[in-house]
Amino acid sequence: MSIWQYANPKKFMETTGPLLPWIGAASLTCIVTGLVWGFFFTPDDYRQGSTVKIIYLHVPSALMAINAWFMMLVASLIWLIRRHHVSALAAKAAAPVGATMTVIALITGAIWGQPMWGTWWAWDPRLTSFLVLFLFYLGYMALWGAIENDDTAADLTSILCLVGSVFAVLSRYAVNFWNQGLHQGASLSLDKEENVSDVFYYPLLVSIGGFILLFVFLVFLGTHTEIRARRTRALLARERMS
Amino acid sequence: MIALLLRDLRLAVRAGGGFGLGLAFFLIVVVLVPFGVGPESGLLSVIAPGVLWIGALLACLLSLDRIFALDWEDGSLDLLATAPVPLEGIVTVKALAHWLTTGLPLVLAAPALGILLSLPQGGYLWLVVSLALGTPALSVIGTFGAALTVGIKRGGLLLSLLVLPLYVPTLIFGAEVARRGAEGFEVMTPLLMLGGITFGALALLPFASAAVLRINLR
Repeated sequence: MSIWQYANPKKFMETTGPLLPWIGAASLTCIVTGLVWGFFFTPDDYRQGSTVKIIYLHVPSALMAINAWFMMLVASLIWLIRRHHVSALAAKAAAPVGATMTVIALITGAIWGQPMWGTWWAWDPRLTSFLVLFLFYLGYMALWGAIENDDTAADLTSILCLVGSVFAVLSRYAVNFWNQGLHQGASLSLDKEENVSDVFYYPLLVSIGGFILLFVFLVFLGTHTEIRARRTRALLARERMS
Repeated sequence: MIALLLRDLRLAVRAGGGFGLGLAFFLIVVVLVPFGVGPESGLLSVIAPGVLWIGALLACLLSLDRIFALDWEDGSLDLLATAPVPLEGIVTVKALAHWLTTGLPLVLAAPALGILLSLPQGGYLWLVVSLALGTPALSVIGTFGAALTVGIKRGGLLLSLLVLPLYVPTLIFGAEVARRGAEGFEVMTPLLMLGGITFGALALLPFASAAVLRINLR
């Protein structure tokens, strides 16, 4: 038994296919629980009022926006080194999800920032680096769309992902240097004292779990679609030959 | 490699090579800015370093697709790839040729355009230094983008979408050097960062560009 056996598309489909509805249902349950719990059963913050509740959408989507890129980086490396097609397709499927998460994080942040900071947008390092991350997602998806040959597209986008990761990190530090921000620091670390209080913490954890499951669900779904699309194309090609 | 460099330079300078187009574009961008924001010299002198940097960056971007497109069309890129010189070296020479025909003229023209934007007295030196140190990074990063999109028809817009996010760190540090220089602050920290980006890109990106080119020529 090794993890690489799931790189076989048939094996991958067989294993993840039956799991798919369960993951979807679990993610839906977690997100609904987290959001309902967070929205209706936690007290308002003493300074921020009810606006604090957008945290249950903002933090999980921001977390997934970054981790989706990280997952694409790992999948790209696996494709470049071991050339498993499932890996390249998973990276392809993760990109639109990550881009959507970035947009959700930016929009919820703007909605929160309007009453709290008094502005929809500030050129804060975190906000700016998220915008840059969104541009990276756009470029990555556009490159996938522009190349006809599948393997060439997978190779080129993988290398773009590697180079892009380096530059995304560079941009993160560059914008930090360029402007000191409004955005608060991390308040969910496991080892720090001044975290958010438990009342907000547990529903947030449930919501984060839901978003992680949602990401897994959408990536699996996208990968399945890609594999089926390729099989269909192969069948059509074979029919035309005969 | 020197022969290749001379060939690229000759091709760029002769008719149809687009030499000077980037420079003219730079000039037009800088001339348009006062029309857009108004002619007060106080405002212009504040934004001058940033405008000059963005103008230089866009002028650089404009000429990127020429790096490989013509060689790709007439097949000489295949010959270059099979030449005894490693592809990494060829890519580096291409980037150098692009810098000599686009980046260097921009650096030399920038002080003249700084006068148009009433750049403060002390800013000229650091503007030239930051552009001279930063534009090689723009050429090297752009060569990577051009190698990525070489096989795509009408890939110009895609090239911009891919390359512009990669330009963010260079632009931030380059414009920061120019701005601090113009306002008379110390410039060493961003200057060192800019140098780090340029030399890091110069050392590592040719490998990525060459790998991408090999995939495209497969």
